[in-house]
Amino acid sequence: MKETPLSNCEKRFLLRAIEERKRLDGRQCYDYRNIRISFGTDYGCCIVELGKTRVLGQVSCELVSPKPNRATEGILFFNLELSPMASPAFEPGRQSELLVKLNRLLERCLRNSKCIDTESLCVVAGEKVWQIRVDLHLLNHGGNIIDAASIAAIVALCHFRRPDVSVQGEEVTLYTPEERDPVPLSIHHMPICVSFAFFQQGTYLLVDPSEQEERVMDGLLVIAMNKHREICTIQSSGGIMLLKDQVLVCSKITGVKVAEITELIQKALANDQKVRKEGGKFGFAESIPNQRITAFKIEQSPIDTDDVQEQAEEIIAKATPPSEALANPVLWAPGTAQIGEGVENSWGDFEESEKEEEEIPEEKSPTTEDQTMEMGDTSVGTKNKKDETIVLSDSEEEDVIILEPEGAQKNRAETSYKQDITSKKTGSKKKRKSYSHKKH
Amino acid sequence: MSLPEEEAGPRVPSAERLRRTRIRKRQGEPRGWRARMEREQKRFESGELPALRRIVCEQGLLSRPDGSASWMQGDTSVLVGVYGPTEVKVSKEIYDKATFEVMLKPKIGLPGVYERSREQMIKKTCEAAVLGTLHPRSSITIVLQVVTDGGSLLSTSLNATCVGLMDAGLPLNSLFSGVTCALDADGNLTLDPTAKQEKEARAVLTFAIDSTEKKVLMSSTKGTCSVEE
Repeated sequence: MKETPLSNCEKRFLLRAIEERKRLDGRQCYDYRNIRISFGTDYGCCIVELGKTRVLGQVSCELVSPKPNRATEGILFFNLELSPMASPAFEPGRQSELLVKLNRLLERCLRNSKCIDTESLCVVAGEKVWQIRVDLHLLNHGGNIIDAASIAAIVALCHFRRPDVSVQGEEVTLYTPEERDPVPLSIHHMPICVSFAFFQQGTYLLVDPSEQEERVMDGLLVIAMNKHREICTIQSSGGIMLLKDQVLVCSKITGVKVAEITELIQKALANDQKVRKEGGKFGFAESIPNQRITAFKIEQSPIDTDDVQEQAEEIIAKATPPSEALANPVLWAPGTAQIGEGVENSWGDFEESEKEEEEIPEEKSPTTEDQTMEMGDTSVGTKNKKDETIVLSDSEEEDVIILEPEGAQKNRAETSYKQDITSKKTGSKKKRKSYSHKKH
Repeated sequence: MSLPEEEAGPRVPSAERLRRTRIRKRQGEPRGWRARMEREQKRFESGELPALRRIVCEQGLLSRPDGSASWMQGDTSVLVGVYGPTEVKVSKEIYDKATFEVMLKPKIGLPGVYERSREQMIKKTCEAAVLGTLHPRSSITIVLQVVTDGGSLLSTSLNATCVGLMDAGLPLNSLFSGVTCALDADGNLTLDPTAKQEKEARAVLTFAIDSTEKKVLMSSTKGTCSVEE
């Protein structure tokens, strides 16, 4: 599905507003949208909301053999996915240009800045190292994906705990979380991307562009910086010429923003840690505001299953074989239900069995049904009234009842199935209601 | 399969009932249910009853999709986005009803066979519940994102899908809900099992049941169990 294009009016309106130093969401030029960080129940799982943009981050790890040229270094792998959930324009399974660009930028920001100590991920040099995989899913596209993704990635990495390992001689022991507390990754610094949008050939500058602003901007400058004011990555795209001063101004703004965001991240991490330590409730469910009309919680709810037993009995007693309504394919267990014309009556031969079923109401012969059997074993209940009808119930995953009105074949059927019958309930006999709908 | 469907049937309304009572509580309507709730709570605390885990849901949390919802059952959490009805690719167009596309995204890595099979199950369930004939030649896209998997993932996905469809305002002939139950070696039944319980269970059964006629829309079984169970 294609993205709805922005109309000329909207474009002009946006640009005019920007010229007047106004933004649609009421922010100032250098304001960031609200950032909200919530953590999942697993380690290394977080959702970062930047205004309406939402990114889900999940870190996982695996023991692999290292790359031959870097025998003592762990592997870091980033994967940002633009889910179709985020915007109808994103197609699943296609590497769009935007996606490649974002992934590359993320790698440069986080891997090439050496913020993660990859050497500490080495278990046995040249043989076993940890591969850390960071999966980022864009859930909602509200503009400025890269900032949200970089925050989500670094928060997830900080939150992540890998299982502890010990090496004794050649032997590598991996401890489960119950045996030994998982260990956090060693992180040197936290690079965070800040995006700047330029309009009118660089005359106007906005921090953290929203989705609509991104559509009318002329150029984009992304600066990744850590809180020590060290630039990790800088990228200018969109084909505008920037003056040296502009870049300096941007890097100054970045420094301030990064300090704010880092503080927020640390607060969020400390908060989560505290809650976990105290054994309180954590996870996404806690981060949903209670008062919102769209949100709703029920505590663990007891379900009354007291009467289930009785109900079950009742249902068994009433059980009617599923009729044609059950459109699923019939599964006949091996060695069962060869009735009617004999061998030719093969798998799922519905027409025939239906015909035979429909004959029942005419004859008015009450039939019984059986139940109970060991699994994998079919139960066949045969009950013969007026020496006319044989009911074979083959109840496996789907019940199939094939009715054979011919008395002549009764004996054959009975003898062949006798050994299969594990139990037979003759007590409850009900007329099959399901057959009364149609007369032959 | 007549038994388990009926067996699971009554539970759904009771969950629904509890839900409604909660809503009523918030709206400040009559509170005759309280005594019963307390009684049930007491019995639940004594460990007699199997229970559903805590359910939390939120609707309309994403701005881009037409309908979105997040559904959490205990630790399991699924986020859903629904687009539709929208234009459809010519190759997928069906002239008399809507085309359903379901995407289930795992949290780690790319979708595999397991996700594909789940997608099909959810798709079939939706086709049964949504009045697709009202939107011919259009597509309804449902994107599910697993946020945390703590067991009963399929039933959580089904519930999330239903809430998402509601939020998108699509015409449904009934609501549906998914229930997972696990049977252990002694034949004890666990409702809404956790991942650990699922692993230990002898059989895991999931049903999608509609809200009007309590019919089974979809069922999935894993492991061995007898018909009565």
